[in-house]
Amino acid sequence: MASIKIRANVEGNVTTVKALISHPMETGQRKDSKTGQLIPAHFIQEVTCEHNGKAVMTALWGPAISKNPYLSFKFAGAKSGDTLKLSWVDNKGESDSAETKVS
Amino acid sequence: MINMKRRTFLKGTVAAGAVGTAVGAGLLTPRMVMAAWPSAAFEAKSVDSVLDTLLGSHELEGSDKISIRAPDIAENGAVVPVSVTTEIANPESISIVAEKNATPLTASFLLGAGAEGFVSTRIKMGQTSSVIAVVKADGKIYSTGKEVKVTIGGCGG
Repeated sequence: MASIKIRANVEGNVTTVKALISHPMETGQRKDSKTGQLIPAHFIQEVTCEHNGKAVMTALWGPAISKNPYLSFKFAGAKSGDTLKLSWVDNKGESDSAETKVS
Repeated sequence: MINMKRRTFLKGTVAAGAVGTAVGAGLLTPRMVMAAWPSAAFEAKSVDSVLDTLLGSHELEGSDKISIRAPDIAENGAVVPVSVTTEIANPESISIVAEKNATPLTASFLLGAGAEGFVSTRIKMGQTSSVIAVVKADGKIYSTGKEVKVTIGGCGG
């Protein structure tokens, strides 16, 4: 499952990470237009980004994050060629992770 | 007599086995694995109770060191881009709260050592409301808000 697109660019001492995840992010409040049944909630709860095995950012998300979530943040201390790992877990226990090199 | 005891013994063993399996299955549900996720804060219905459960207090200190970038008018409430930048030193967390959503807390970003005070994401908004950025640093809670007009809500439908 390749659900994550991630890019990390270092400028000076600061690395900017941008990530796109494909996920339905169902709130549990929406109804199926054909059956009228509520669509069960299905959303990412936790996103973690690790730089050389150390967590630099943990995002706790609720269902109010948009479908196919976008996430960007910055951190200091990485250099070009370092490995960044981004992983997520949703409320059904599904998960995925991806790695990228800082450029 | 000996036979009778053997029966009882077997029954007992089977029952204990079944209980053991049930406990094992219960421990493996996703909710237990995600114990760190603050479900009470995400289910809270008002901004004050969100902040109380998430950060332990709802006494906010207004700060001009936080800037929040979001559109003045969001045509589609399902996708509202929000960026928060703060110059406060050593921020521990940045939370984004949409005041009039059914459950106001949208996201909380926990920043590790070395993280800069910047996060950007896209949130859903049910109706026109103010978006509040809450930054926790050195045990204090700072915030800044911005009004976003929503033409089409993005939560129900």
